[in-house]
Amino acid sequence: MNRQILMGLGAIALIAVPFIGVPPYWLHIMIVILIWSFAYTGWSVMGRFGLVSLGHGAFMGIGAYGTALLWNHAGMSPWLGIPIAMALAGLFALLVGYPCFKYRIVGHYFALVTLALSEIVRQVIVATRDHTGGSLGYTPEPHGGEGYSIVALQFPEKTHFYLIALGVWMVGLIIWRAVDRSMSRYALEAISEDEDASASVGVEVTKEKLKITVLSAVMTAFAGAMYCQYQMFVSPDTVSGIGISLQIVFAVVAGGIYTRFGPTVGAIITIVLAEVLRINIAELEGLFGFKPAGLDNTIYGIMLVLFIIFLPKGVLGSIQGRLFGRSA
Amino acid sequence: MTGQASSGAAPMLVLDDVTAGYGDFQALFGVSLDVKAGEAVAVIGPNGAGKSTLMRAISGMILLKGGTVVMEGQRLSEVAPHKIVEMGIAHVPENRRLFPRMSVEENLRVGSFAPPFRAKYADRLEFVYTLFPRMKERRNQLAGTMSGGEQQMCAIGRALMSDPKILLMDEPSAGLAPVIVQQVFELIRKIRADGLTVLIVEQNVQQVLKVVDRAYLLEAGTIRHSGLAADLLGSEDIRRAYIGV
Amino acid sequence: METFFDNLFSVFFIETLLNGLLYGGVLALLSLGLNLIFGVIDVVWICYAELVMLGMYAVYFAHNVYGLPMLPACAVAILAVALLGYILHRVVIAHVLGKAPINQLLATGGVLFFLQSIATLIFGVEFLSVGVSLGSFQITEDIYVSKSQLVAFIIAAVTVLGMYLFLSRSYMGAAIRAISQDREIMILMGVDANRLYGITSAIGGGLAGLAACLLALQFDVHPFVGISFGPLVFMICVMGGLGNLVGGFIAAFVFAQLIATGSYFADLEWGAVLAFCVFVIAMFIRPEGLFARKS
Repeated sequence: MNRQILMGLGAIALIAVPFIGVPPYWLHIMIVILIWSFAYTGWSVMGRFGLVSLGHGAFMGIGAYGTALLWNHAGMSPWLGIPIAMALAGLFALLVGYPCFKYRIVGHYFALVTLALSEIVRQVIVATRDHTGGSLGYTPEPHGGEGYSIVALQFPEKTHFYLIALGVWMVGLIIWRAVDRSMSRYALEAISEDEDASASVGVEVTKEKLKITVLSAVMTAFAGAMYCQYQMFVSPDTVSGIGISLQIVFAVVAGGIYTRFGPTVGAIITIVLAEVLRINIAELEGLFGFKPAGLDNTIYGIMLVLFIIFLPKGVLGSIQGRLFGRSA
Repeated sequence: MTGQASSGAAPMLVLDDVTAGYGDFQALFGVSLDVKAGEAVAVIGPNGAGKSTLMRAISGMILLKGGTVVMEGQRLSEVAPHKIVEMGIAHVPENRRLFPRMSVEENLRVGSFAPPFRAKYADRLEFVYTLFPRMKERRNQLAGTMSGGEQQMCAIGRALMSDPKILLMDEPSAGLAPVIVQQVFELIRKIRADGLTVLIVEQNVQQVLKVVDRAYLLEAGTIRHSGLAADLLGSEDIRRAYIGV
Repeated sequence: METFFDNLFSVFFIETLLNGLLYGGVLALLSLGLNLIFGVIDVVWICYAELVMLGMYAVYFAHNVYGLPMLPACAVAILAVALLGYILHRVVIAHVLGKAPINQLLATGGVLFFLQSIATLIFGVEFLSVGVSLGSFQITEDIYVSKSQLVAFIIAAVTVLGMYLFLSRSYMGAAIRAISQDREIMILMGVDANRLYGITSAIGGGLAGLAACLLALQFDVHPFVGISFGPLVFMICVMGGLGNLVGGFIAAFVFAQLIATGSYFADLEWGAVLAFCVFVIAMFIRPEGLFARKS
C-alpha cells in the first residue's frame, strides 16, 4: 500500500514539474530523458529475455523518418502517420524476426544480424538523400501559426510536450508491467533458458518471440516519432545505425535490464552524464583556450566499459540486489 | 607386471582428504587414495559418485577445495594447472574429447604442445603409431569422422604423446559398442604391458577389475571400499551391487 | 534495359570488378583477424575497425609527422596495434570472459566509443592523408589499376597464406585451432589458455595494423573511418561462419564484389545496402553462415 501511495505522490510531483517554474533547460533534459526512457523500456521488454537486438536503431529510424516523410511528402498528419510508421516497424520486425526465430538464430549471431538491419536502414536513409536529406538530417515542415498545431503534433511550448512525454513514459511502464505479469513472460523465460525443452513442453517458441519482438519494435518506433516531433529535426546518426543501437543497449544494461525502472535509470544516467560532460568541457574550453572535442565521449566510453565490468546487473539491479538480497 | 606393485615402494600419486566440486555443489568429500609406480588402479562406483570430478581434480581441470594431491613428492596445488601434464600426468577425458575438425596427426601434435615435449615429438609419434597401427593408417582423417573405438585410440594416443608417468582414463568404454569395449580393454592391457602406471575410472566394473591390480569403490563422493581387484571381483556385495550377476 | 547491358559490358564495369577483387583482399585480411580472435577467445571485438583506424593514424604520424620511410612506419603501426590488441584483452576482455554475450558485446562497444572519441580528442576530425601515391598502370587501353590497391591485395594475399601456414604447421597454430573446438580440455594439453588468448589478441591486433597500413595507402584517415568498413567485416565473418577462416576468406570477396557492383550501378550506399540485404537473406538460408560446416 505504501508503495502505491509513494507512486501516486511521485506521479503528482512529476505532473507538477512544469508548473513550478523549472527552467526550460531542465524541462528539456527531462523531456529527452522521458522519450529515451520509453525507447529503452521498449528495448528491455525483449532484451530481458536474452533477445539481444542491436537493430533497434532501425525501428527508431523507421518511426522518426516514416512519420516525418508522410507529413512532408503526403501531407499526412502524424496522428495517422505515427500509427502507420509503427505498423511499418512492426512489419519489418515480423519480416526479419520470423526467419530469425524459425531458424534459431541466437546469441552472437542474432546480435550481428540485427546489427546489419540498423545499418541497412541508416544506409537507405543516406542513399535516398533526395527525399530524406541524407546525412545532413531532416526537418518536419512547421504547420500553422507560430508552429503550434494539434494536427501536426507540433508544440513549441515545452510544457505541452513534457506532459505528453510523461504520459507516454507511464504507458511504457504499464506495458512493462503487463509483460512482467503475463503468461508470455514465463514462456519467454523458459525459452531463454532452454529452447528445445520449452518447445517440447508445448511453448510456441517462434510465436512467443515474434510477439515480444513486434511489441518492442512498435514501442521503439513510437519513441522515434516522438523524438522527431519534439526536436523537429532528425539525422541518421541520432535515430538509426549502430551508434544508437549500442546506446540503447548500453543504457538499459547500465540502468538494470530486469527491473521496471532500470531503463529509466539508464536514461537518466547516460543523458545526465553526457550533458554534464558536455557542459564542463565547454567550460574547459575557456580554461585551455581550445575545444577538447571528444573528451566527453571519451569519458563516457570509459564509464560504459567500467559499468559493464563492475556493475553487470546495472545500477538499479545492483542496488536492489544489495537491499533485498536478490540473487537474480 | 603386477609384481612391480609390491608393498614398500613409495606411491607415485597420493590423494589425501581431497574435497572438490563445482560452485556450491560439492562432489568429493575427503577422498584419499594412492597409486604406486607400475600399478593399475581403478575407481569404480555408480553414476554421479564423483568419479569424473576426481579425475578432473587431479589433472587441474578444477581446483581443489581441500586436501592435497601429491605427485612424486610434489604438491600439485603448487603447480600451475597447465603445467600438471609436464609433471608426467596425462588425462584421457570422458567422451574422448578429440578435436573433431583436425586430423588424427594434428590431434596427436596438440598432445605434444608443451615445450618440453616438442623435442620428443617424432619419437612419440612413432611410439603411438607402433602401439596403434590403425592410427597411422588414419593419420590424415578428420578425428570427428572416425568410429568410437578409433576415437578412443586417438584420445589415448594423444595423452601418450607427452610420455607420461601415469595415465588417467575417464570412462574409456562409455558409449562404445560391446565389441569395441573389448578392444578398448585390450588396449589398456597393452599399455600396462609397457610398464605405464594407470588410474582408471569405469562403470564397466567386471571388465575393469580384470585389467587392474587394485580398486577403490567411490559412492556419493567418499571411498567406501578398497582392495585387490581379485578380492573385489569375488566379493558378493560388489557383485550384487555393481556387476549385476 | 539497353543501358543496363551497355553498362554491364563496359570496360568501366570490368574495372569495377577488378577493383572489387582488389578490395576483397584487404577485407579478407580484416576478417581473418576478427575471425581468429572470435574462434580462439569466443568474444566479438565490436571495436575491431577502430583498432584499424588507430593503426592508420600510427602510419600517418610515423611517416608524415616523424618522417620515417614508409616501410618502417608500417612496422611501427603493426607493432603498435598488436600491443593495443594485447592491452585490450588484458584490460577489458579478460574481465568479461565467460560472461553473457550481451556484456561482452557492450564492453567492446564501449571501447568503440572510447577509441573514436579519444581519436577525435587527440587528432581532431580532419581527414588526414598519408599521401603516398604509387600511381596506376594500364592493363588494356581503357582499364587502369591503381598500384596501391594491387600492392595491398598482394600483401593481404601473402599474409593470409602466411597465416594459413602458421595455423596448419606450427604448434601454436595447432593449439589456436584446437582451442576453438574444445576450450575446456586445452589445460590437459599443457596449454595456458590465458597466454594463448593474449598471443591471439596480439596477432589479431597485428593483422589489424597491417590492414591499416594497406588502407592508409588508399583512404584518408579520420576518427570515424572505422564505421565505413567495420560493420562490413562483421557481416563477412558471420556469413563465412564465425571462427571459420576459409569461409570468411570467400565471403570477403563476395562482399567486395557486391559493393563494387552496387556502387557501380547506383551510389556507394546502395552498394552497402545491397551487401547487407544479401547478408540478411543468406542468414535465413544458412543461419550458421554460408560456409559453416554441418555439426
